[in-house]
Parts: sequence; C-alpha cells; structure tokens
Amino acid sequence: MSTASIDGNEAVARVAYRLNEVMAIYPITPATPMGEWADAWAAAGRPNLWGSVPQVIELQSEGGAAGVLHGALQAGTLASTFTASQGLLLMLPNLYKIAGELTATVLHVASRALAGQALSIFGDHGDVMATRGSGCALLCSGSVQEAGDFAAIATAASLRARLPFLHFFDGFRTSHEIQRVELIDDAVLHALVPQELVAAHRRRGLSPDHPVIRGTSQNPDVAFQAREAANPFHAAAPAIVQEVMDAFAALTGRAYHLFDYVGAADAERVLVLMGSGAETAQETVEALNAAGERVGLLKVRLFRPLDTTALIAALPPSIRAIAVLDRCKEPGSGAEPLLLDVGQALLQAWAEKPGPLPRLIGGRYGLASKDFTPAMVKAVFDALARPDPPGRFTVGITDDVTRLSLPVDASFCTEAADFRAIVYGLGSDGSVGANKNAIKIIGDHTDLYAQGYFVYDSKKSGSVTVSHLRVSRTPIHSCHLVQQAHLVACHQWDFLGRFDLLEAALPGGTLLLNSPFPPEEVAMRLPASVRQAIRAKQLTVQSIDATAIARELGLGGRINTVMQTCFFALADVLPQQQALEAIREAIRHSYGRKGGRIVEANLQAVDASRARLQQVPIADDEPASAAAAADPSQAPAPDPLAAASAALRRLIAPQLARQGDRLPVSALPADGSFATGTARFEKRNIAESVPVWDTEVCVQCGKCVMVCPHAVIRAKVVEPAALADAPAGFAHAAARDHHWQGQSFTLQVAAEDCTGCGLCVEVCPARNRAEPRRKAINMEPQRPLREQARGHWDFFLSLPNPERGALNLAHVNQQQLQEPLFEFSGACAGCGETPYIKLASQLFGDRMVVANATGCSSIYGGSLPTTPWSSNRNGRGPAWSNSLFEDNAEFGLGFRVGFDQRRVISAQLLRDTPGLPAGLRQGLLEADQHDEPGIFEQRQRVVELRQWLEANAPTSALNDLADDLVKRSVWMIGGDGWAYDIGYGGLDHVLAGGHDVNILVLDTEVYSNTGGQMSKATPLGAVAKFASGGKATAKKDLGLMAMTYGHVYVASVAMGASQEQTLRAFLEAESYPGPSLILAYSHCIAHGIDMAQGMTQQQRAVDSGRWLLYRHDPRRSERGENPLQLDCPEPKLAMAEAMAGENRFRLLGYSHPDQARALTRQAQAEALQRWHQYAARAAAPADASKGAPP
Amino acid sequence: MNGPDLATTYLGLPLSSPLVVGAAAPLSADPDLIPRLAEQGAAAVVLHSLFLEQIEHDWQEWEHHQQHGSESFAESLSFVPPNAPTHLGIAGYLQEIESARRRVDIPIIASLNGNAGGHWAGTVRAIEQAGAQAIELNLYAVPTDAERSGGELEEEQLAIVSTVCTATRLPVAVKLSPSYTNLAHFARRLHQAGARGLVLFNRFFQPDIDIEALEHVSNVLLSSAADLRPPLRWIALLEGQVPLDFAASGGVAHGTDVVRLLMVGASVTMVVSDLLRHGPGQLRQLETELTGWLEQHNYASVQDLRGCMSQRRCPDPAAFERAQYVRAISTSPAGSALGTHL
Repeated sequence: MSTASIDGNEAVARVAYRLNEVMAIYPITPATPMGEWADAWAAAGRPNLWGSVPQVIELQSEGGAAGVLHGALQAGTLASTFTASQGLLLMLPNLYKIAGELTATVLHVASRALAGQALSIFGDHGDVMATRGSGCALLCSGSVQEAGDFAAIATAASLRARLPFLHFFDGFRTSHEIQRVELIDDAVLHALVPQELVAAHRRRGLSPDHPVIRGTSQNPDVAFQAREAANPFHAAAPAIVQEVMDAFAALTGRAYHLFDYVGAADAERVLVLMGSGAETAQETVEALNAAGERVGLLKVRLFRPLDTTALIAALPPSIRAIAVLDRCKEPGSGAEPLLLDVGQALLQAWAEKPGPLPRLIGGRYGLASKDFTPAMVKAVFDALARPDPPGRFTVGITDDVTRLSLPVDASFCTEAADFRAIVYGLGSDGSVGANKNAIKIIGDHTDLYAQGYFVYDSKKSGSVTVSHLRVSRTPIHSCHLVQQAHLVACHQWDFLGRFDLLEAALPGGTLLLNSPFPPEEVAMRLPASVRQAIRAKQLTVQSIDATAIARELGLGGRINTVMQTCFFALADVLPQQQALEAIREAIRHSYGRKGGRIVEANLQAVDASRARLQQVPIADDEPASAAAAADPSQAPAPDPLAAASAALRRLIAPQLARQGDRLPVSALPADGSFATGTARFEKRNIAESVPVWDTEVCVQCGKCVMVCPHAVIRAKVVEPAALADAPAGFAHAAARDHHWQGQSFTLQVAAEDCTGCGLCVEVCPARNRAEPRRKAINMEPQRPLREQARGHWDFFLSLPNPERGALNLAHVNQQQLQEPLFEFSGACAGCGETPYIKLASQLFGDRMVVANATGCSSIYGGSLPTTPWSSNRNGRGPAWSNSLFEDNAEFGLGFRVGFDQRRVISAQLLRDTPGLPAGLRQGLLEADQHDEPGIFEQRQRVVELRQWLEANAPTSALNDLADDLVKRSVWMIGGDGWAYDIGYGGLDHVLAGGHDVNILVLDTEVYSNTGGQMSKATPLGAVAKFASGGKATAKKDLGLMAMTYGHVYVASVAMGASQEQTLRAFLEAESYPGPSLILAYSHCIAHGIDMAQGMTQQQRAVDSGRWLLYRHDPRRSERGENPLQLDCPEPKLAMAEAMAGENRFRLLGYSHPDQARALTRQAQAEALQRWHQYAARAAAPADASKGAPP
Repeated sequence: MNGPDLATTYLGLPLSSPLVVGAAAPLSADPDLIPRLAEQGAAAVVLHSLFLEQIEHDWQEWEHHQQHGSESFAESLSFVPPNAPTHLGIAGYLQEIESARRRVDIPIIASLNGNAGGHWAGTVRAIEQAGAQAIELNLYAVPTDAERSGGELEEEQLAIVSTVCTATRLPVAVKLSPSYTNLAHFARRLHQAGARGLVLFNRFFQPDIDIEALEHVSNVLLSSAADLRPPLRWIALLEGQVPLDFAASGGVAHGTDVVRLLMVGASVTMVVSDLLRHGPGQLRQLETELTGWLEQHNYASVQDLRGCMSQRRCPDPAAFERAQYVRAISTSPAGSALGTHL
C-alpha cells in the first residue's frame, strides 16, 4: 500500500473525488482546499473510480451548492460537497430534505466555529452540532489517516444505509495537518462501493421513464406517520457502519469501531470525546497508564445515529466516573450535545444494570482551535479523581468570571516523538513550504512518521508563521502544538525582540537563526532576554544568513532551500548524505521543468547552506559590541503601547506578544465590542524599505497619499511657525498650492507601519531631472531610518490638521490633507482595496457607520488583536460591524432604517420639547447636511441643543437622541464575492428600495480572502481557482443592472486610472439621497501581478476597456441631463497586451493557448462593444437614457 | 515555354524558390496568415521566434506566482490553481507549428532565440515532435559584462549550438549578428558543432528615448536597402570557405536584391520588412521580378547564377575586403566634400 505525506483535506478529497460524479462547491475556510483539489483534478481530466471525470461546479453560496447537491442526487448521480461553519448552516434546509428523502451522499466538513461574538475561522464542532436534528449520520474522524479512511467508509455506508452522512474532522488541526498516511487504492474503494450499490442509487433517481413525485406537501393526518416511516433506516445505520468498518479493516488492516476504547481494561476514570482531541487524549492516557494510573478513553466515531448499546458496551466494566468533552458550546442548554447523549445512554443502560451509575461530568474544550494539550487531558482526569468533581467545566482557559475552568498543570508534558521542532517564519518567505517539504522528504525516504502543523496569524502582510514538526519511529498521536522542541528555528531576526520564542525550547536543544549579522556579531546582537534564555537552557546556537544566500543566488526572498538544508543538518533524523541527496532530488523534481537556472540556484543554495551554517558561541556575559551599540536600529524600541489606556494594554499587549492564550475571560468583552484606533500600537516594522520624500522634486499633488494602502504617507499644510520645534531633519517645503500661500507643506512616512509596497513610488508623477530613475518619492532601506522616522512621525501627528471645511474636496491635493480614519491595516502589501476604504474614511469617517461583509475587508478591518478603523481628535470615527458574508446589504439597510427611525423620534421629541428656541429647533430640523460645512453647522446646533437641554430638560429622552440629528452616513462594504454572488439577492433588494445607503464593492474579481476562487465578477479568460480552464463567460455587469432601476447612483471607478474621477464618485455617491453603488476596481495579489505596479494595472484595465469609468447620477435627470457620464475614452490598448500583464490571464495561455487566444479575441470584442454601448447610452437624449434597458 | 527554374535547396529541404518568409511575429503568429503567404509563393516560412529566456521567465513567473503571498494567511494559503502546465511557455508555439503543418505544404522552420542557459534540448525535441522541418537558432546577444571576453561568449554560443544539434535530427541554421571578431572562423566552428546553415544577419533592436517623459521608447525599425550590404558581403566571403547553406536576411525589397544575394552564394533570401510594408502579395511581386530578370538575362535557373559573385569566383576578390573600403571612401563624393583624408 502506498503512502503519502498529505494534509487532511487532501486525504479526504482524494477519496471523495474518486467516489463521486458531481461535486457542488463553494469556498469556505478551512474546507476550501478540498474543492480546489477536486476542481484541479477535474480540469486535468482525472477520472473517478468508474472512469468518468466528475463535474465540479461552483455555486454562488453554500445554499446554492446544497441545492445542486440535492438536485444531482435526485437525478441519480453520486454527488458530494465540502463545507464548514456558516456554509454548513446555509446548507441546513437541504440536509433535512436530503435525509428525509433517504438519499445517500456524504458532505465532508472541516468543522469550524460558528460566528457569535466574533467570527472565527478555526475549528470546533459548533457547526456540525447544529445539524443534529437533520437526520444526517454524523461520522467523526480524528486524524489525517482517519479522515481519508472515513471518507471512504462514510460513502460506502451512506449508499448502503440510504442516509446522508456528514463526515467531519477538526478544521485546521486535521484539515491542515500534514502526516504521512497510507493511501486507499482503487481496489479497496471498488470493494467497498460495489457496482450494485451505485446502480441502486441510480435507480432511485428521478426519471420520466418511471416517474414519481418527491417533496410533496403533507397534511396533519399523515405527515407525522411519514416522518416515522424512516425509523428503520436510522436504526439500521450503526450496524451498517460497523459492517463497512469491518470490511475496511479486512481490506486495509486499519480497524475502526463505532466507539473505540483505549486505555486500561480496568479503568475507573474514562474520558469520552471525538475528533483530534481524542488523539491527544490517547497520547495522555497511554502516558498516565504507563505511570501507573488506570484511566481510559472512549473515542466516539459515529455520533448520529447514536448506538447507545454499543457505546455502553465499549466502556470497561470497572468504570466509576466519566468525563465527556464537547468541542462546542450550547449557551443555555442543560449540557453540551455529547454529554447529553452519553448521559442518556448511561441512564438507559444502568436502569437494567446493577451497581451505582458512574459519576458523569462534562466540559468544553478547544473552542475555535484552542490548543488541546495533554496537560488539559490530565486536568480532566484529575478532576474526575476528586471526590466532588465539577459537573460542568471548561478546560484550556482561565475563566475568572464564571469560574468554570479547571486548573491545568502546564508543566505536564507527554511529548514522545523522537524529534520535535518549532520554526518561526515570515509569511510567504518559504518557511512553511520548506517545512512541508521536509515532512514529505522524511515520509518518502524513511519509515519514520512525520507530522507538520502550521499556525498563521491574522495579518495578510508581514505575518508570523509557526511550523510545529514532529518526527518519530512510532505513530504520532500528538494533535497539539509542540510543547518541547529539540530545535527552535527563527527565520526572521526581528522576531527575537518581539516575543519569547524559546519558551518551548528543550534544555540542551538547538536554536537556529537566520541572521543578517556575521557569526561573530550574532551573540552581541541578540536581545539580552534571548541570551539569558539560551544560557539558562544551555542551547546550542547555529547561525546562517539565509536571506543573503537567497539574494546572492537570485532566489529573491525565498529562503526555503537554505533553511531546509539547515534543518536537516541539525535535525539528525536522516543521515546527512541521504538528507542532502533527498533535498537535491526534491529540487530537481520541483524545479526540473522550470529551467536550469532555478535548479542550479537551489542546488547551489544547498551547498552554500552547508558551508555557511555556523555554530555561534554564546559567552556567559556577552557585552554589546561597538557595532551593535552604534546601530540605532538595534536600540530597544520604545513601547508602542505606551500611549494606550491600561485596559487596552491589558488586552492587546499579550496578544502582540503571542501570549493571548493566557488572557483570562474577564479580559475579553462579553459582547464582542472593541475600541477602535488600535492598529497604531503595533509598529510592526515589516518593510525592508520605505518611501523617502524629496522636497525639491515633489509637486505636492497628493497622489502618493491617496494610493497608500496603509495610510502611512500623509501630508499636512501648516504655518511655518508650527515647525519651529521640528526635530532635526524633519522635511518640509513651501506649499505650492496658492490656496496655502505662505504656509509650509510636509509629507511624512510612518516607517514602522509601512509595508514597503512601493505603490507611492509608482504613482509619483515627478521625476528627478538629473536622475530620471528617481522620483519625488524613493524607496530606501528602513532599518537605518527607523529611529529618526519615529520621531518625525510623532511630531507630524502633533501638528494641527487642516480645517476640514476649508478644503476644496474637488482637488486631490487638498482633499488628501483630510485625516484618514483607517490606518495601518494588516492587508497585503500594496492592497488595491484599502485605498478606497481609506478615502471614504477621510471624506465621511466622522459620520460613517460601516456594515462590512465577511471577506478580506472584514479580516484586515476587524481581526484581533487590533483594528485599523480609528477616530479623530474629537473621538468621532467610523463605527463598524460585520454580520455575515451573505447578508451585508440587508445588515446595512438595517442600520439605515434604524438610524432613520431614531431621527424620526428625535425630530418628534424636538418638536414636542416646549420652550426650545424656535430658531434652534428649525435649524436642527431643516439643516442642509449634504456637505462638510453643513454637517459642521449641525454639530454646532446639537452642542447648543445639549446645553439647552442640560439647563432646561435634563431628563428629556432627547439627551440620548440628540446626536441622531446629525447625518449618519451608512456604508456597506464588501468584495465581489459578496456583491456579485452570495449577497447579490440582498444587494439587489436594497438597490431596489429608495434608502440612502452607500454600497462600496471592492471588486478584485475573485474571492480574494479564501485564495482566489472564481466569482461572477471574474473576467472572461481569467484563470482562477474553480476556473482552472479559464472563465468562459463574461463578467457580470453589475453596474448596468443597477442602472436599470433608474433611481440608483452608480459609479465605476479605478483609482489607478483616475484619482479625480474616483474622488468625484465618492462625493456624489455619498451626497445622493438614495441608494448609491460604487464599483471599485481593486487590483489584488490573486491577479498574479507585481503589487508595486497595481495602479498601472488598473490604468491598463481601463485603457483596454476591460474596466470602464463612469458615473450614473439620477439627479442629472432631474436637471434634464443624461444621468450617465462615461469618464473614459474609447479603448486604445489592445486587450491582449493588457491581459498579458497579469498572470491570471497568462496562465491560460500556458496550458490552453488556443482557448486563451479565442477568449482574448472575445474579450477584445466584448470590451469594445460594451464601451460603445455605454457611450451610446451616455450620448442619448436625457429621457431616453433614464432607466432605459441596455 | 517554361520560365526559369527557381527551385533551390536550403538545409537539405527542397524549396520551390529562394523566397522564404523570415521570422517575424506579425507574419507568422497569426495562424491564418501562413496559408496566405504560401498562396503568394512563399517557399518556406520561418516561424516567429520562441525566446528561450521567455520560457524560463514564464516558468519563473509561474513559480513566483505560485509562491507569492502563499503560506502567509490561514484562509488563503495559495492564490492560483495548483496545476502545472505541461508545456509552459511553448504550448502555443507547438500548436502553431502543428497548425501550420496541417494547413500548408511548404516547409515550416521553427525559430529559437536565446543566448544562454535555458531548457534547449527539451524545447527542441518538443518542436521536432510538433512537426517543424528545420530549426533556425537565433543567437541574439548584447554582451554588456566587461569581465567576459569575446572568446568566452563564443564558446557559450557554440555549446548551445552543439546542444541543439545533438538533441534533434532536424537541420539547424544559426542566425548571427555581424559582430564577431572573426566571423569566418566562428562559422567554421558552428559547422563543427553541427550547424547546417547560417542566416546572416540579425539586426539589433535599438531603443530610443522620449525626451519629454524621460523614458525609454521601444519601436522596431523596418530594414532598408542599406541592410542588404552586410549579408551580401559576408555571404560572398564565406561561400565556399565553410560548407554551410546561407540565408540572406535584411533589406530585400526587389527581385534584383534576390539576384544579388543569390549571386554571392545565398541559397535563400529571407523577406520580412517588405512584407510588413506591402503585405503578403509582395512575395508574388518579388517572384515576378526575379523570374523576369532571369528570363531577361537568359538564366535557366537560379542555380546557374548562385555563387557566381562570391569572393572565390568574382572578378575582383579584394572588393569584399579592406582595400575596397579604402578605395570606396577615398573616391566618395561625400568623403571629398567633407575633406576626408585617409
């Protein structure tokens, strides 16, 4: 039997793909990769078990996927889907139907937490438990091996039992963990799923040749009986599952049971749980029993239908106390689901058994992928041993509010794998890839077991990745983070000062450093705390400048080969020569077709790594070197949280130090509300180089300020006197705009918050005439500038902001002096979305309320530990919330109607308040708030009102509602996945109404947040995930559809093509007193472009006609003008040339050149046709174009 | 009465005439244009160049975009589908070869362009499998490294030629620039490395600058009459010295240009700029002019005049060498006007 080192998702997908004919998919973390595998295999023409290539079809939502699944099953095909979390909830109605109709299918679920107080992409069983009533069988696997095995068992059992199965496994912990597993070959699948089962399933499908009707409506007289008619199928299912498991065991040697007991035959204390936690529990039980305890573990495999007899029979007769652990929470319930069921089983069984009922307790663990460790397992056994164990508890957190948590002895450790390593890397630097490759090499070249698990943070740029690796001669059951590591590797020097990465280093172990410093300086450069830890743990320190080697060999920032070679040099899991040859072979295999240079460079990297890896002595008392002392970038940075409140420090500091697990319950808000303006405390220092301003060359146009995705470049105009105390080197120049005559202009960069994307340099229009390669903004290395830039930035922030009312917002250079209230997000470096959000925050932030659809913008906008949404000096700023992916338009509409109602009430109160000066009342009620001065004046009136109320009506309800008299600018923000696909129905409904809302669609033309899957916004000819063969249909023209309503303001903008048009559109949209839709072209990392050239790509999209610039303003109709203004000239750039600049289009040419040519021609024709269609519409007489169909 | 016989051979391929369409994307990247060229009398078509650096660059780009932004954020561990294309960078070219072979009977010559590294052998084999009947290997190089000698660069190019010729059974012609220290010697080495023919010469792309925007400007200039002289001279010099076929490239605009090049020893003449200026019909015009001239001068076939004016056979062998240059300059009216003294 062959083996492979793969993750849980791939293990499942490999089986599901072969056993199905139709796969209806939709991306959702952490299940997305299963659909991606299926799509990729189908695109490559790989057949299933019976020789046909499955149809893999992406839907607009999980609800849609479930509908297709249901339909395909009714058509008598073998069909499946993959999902998780909210996606599973959207499938729920169909699950009842599919189960009610006794239809065989398997849904593979990478189980994930449901969004409550916050969204979490991580694993627990909350989603699966929400389906308990559906009638689906629930089969749980706990490891990568089991995930693949159970995918097969579930399918066979489903076809035999005629029940739909939810096969679930822990999101991330199993779905993303790599282990070497035994693969299931086709013969086994054929034996498990014989043709007659398939034929029977097909015969149950709908056919006009033998018609039936299904899905009837039943009356009270028979519906109940009909519901009970299926009982025999549910009753028979457990036995069928066991039979299939037995058959599987006979075929593969891997035996499973409905309930698997592990531990002492005479155990008195037993733990019951399911999923990956059971693996950790097994490791712990074995360690405890080896130490003389008598404990046991019952792994639950089939949770529904629950075979209580089998459950009880699997328990040892000696049992006296049981703890049931649930990886979910049901607030307000008597107990969590598994605990309830086990309790029921015990009651039933002990009604007929002698002796006392075992003591039963239960608790929650591991919610949202909280690491579940052996120490926690032991804590539960310890609780069971107490004479008065708590009936309900939590384990793994410190609950200082309801005091439910069990005490855990963190020092308890059962690590048994022969070699363990923890590797800290920078996102996308190749660290994770190197470690995955190492696992594969070990798996492919030895009989050793190897495991890799990878932890990512919530930033899309400059993220920290942590790889947890284990290698062992015996099977690895440790489904938890490495607690004691023989090797700790730090691939990014700056991490050393940011958090304690030696906490898990085993005494006597090794620290591997990717150091920018020569070996002789390493010891001196290490932070004192790290030196101290090294000495205390007697660690050996090895150093290499991997970044330099990669750079010298032309490998860019990819240090994977170097660090992988070092890993094997230090890991001692393979003989050195064998390891080196395996690395070289992997290089030839991976890069062989990609050209001699890549292969050669990587092979050279192997040799260079061996030669330059060097042990670094750490003396007992290492003095700082002169070089280190002279290097200002090495000086301890001031505490960025120094300016934060104590409450914020308490909340944020531990999270930034990667110690968030230690925060007690009391530190967290119970309702999910957090302060804004916290991203400024991070000071991530992730940019290699940052922009530096050249005052002589600059024309002060504001373009760089406008495009900066992270709001790190800002400008101010101040009186020269304000600069009297400016720190040395603080750059400024005489203001060029005559509006600011006599004043000073300054442009500053938050170097510690910059991501170094370079968009600012790209858009800078001013060239240095003496050296045209330089502009008014040039990138320079960040480290030497860091210290000075920090001082300059702080001084810059202390300078006054311009009077908002005095700015001419029609001009970018003046408008860009507005303070951004969206800053330093964790979006990708060079993100194409955030400049639009920042612009909205500058223009309307002080009165803005944002409904944000789930997606990239909700992640970089609302992921802990900090948020980029911030407030101004008056404490005003955008209020933000995320409901779901699919309902954002409706959610925002709720804001609107809510605020409108509050305003109606406040106006009524205003009218009903006796004695209020008439002028004030009238002013408040009739205020014109369409622009900045109008809003300013209204705020002044509200201040006056408050003063009057305080003096004359201090108890009036108007006190609470006075602020509602000021305009509320409601914004719905989201990506194309939301607006074009999953949320389109709601969006359309909101547009159709007349409410004053502003909808900003950040159109990246793919599902960016989940890794670039096709949406209906994906353009013709683009390759995306789920569209491996290139999208064969045109992009949906959402703007045109909205325009047909007539009353909707619609703008299509691309900041890289026209900043002025973008600005005009935002101002017009917000001022329009009805629904406004802004479609904002957002270049994206998923397009396969150099992100520093993102704005140029936007320009090319417009020049080629692939993206149009226009504004449709219904107010123009009232003035007798055509509402539509086309803001871009006829396409002049050949579509082929424009498309060639983006990898997503080039990819198709690589694989299907004919199709690429044909689609490019089609795209060219369609672009021209569309431009002419819009031009004709814009040129039509006003009446003809008003609300006219296209 | 039959007209003169235009048939010739090039790289062992029998051709109906010496009029071959040279490598240029506007002429051969469009699969519909090749049948039109054949209809107008093209004896063979050299497809536009496949750039080896481009293939490697495509792979690097593919690899880069596979990795870029990957393994950084838990929800998007990658951004592109994982499928690796089978013939990345050359799939389209192979399809063009196959399409051209299906649609025309004239020989299709693939053109490979590169000057270092690259996956030469595999690419050549794929091209052979796709049906190309010969390969034109364009060693376009603009050496800028002050540390490297001309000899080193020549050795590198010879190694490429050897690799290609070893990897394929197809005849290989090498297209050169005029910038070699001793072209005759290098030509001999190329023959030893396996080349069957030379295409003389490459015209280097010369960039321009935009003095307003302070940027570089890329535009290709079509060849002119002056470009005929270098191949004319060098084919005359090499013909008979090295046992290679010669294709003249550059400046062919009239039937008499073809005659001149054949007379110095060319087997075929490559036509590009003239077709770009006037369209495929210009081939027929050239053929008519050539036929007319041959008839007028009583040549029964192009073979009757081929090589008659090569250095070995011409009445004034010094005409192709330095002495002729001295003579030409010193008697030039322009030279006199400028008061040139040599």
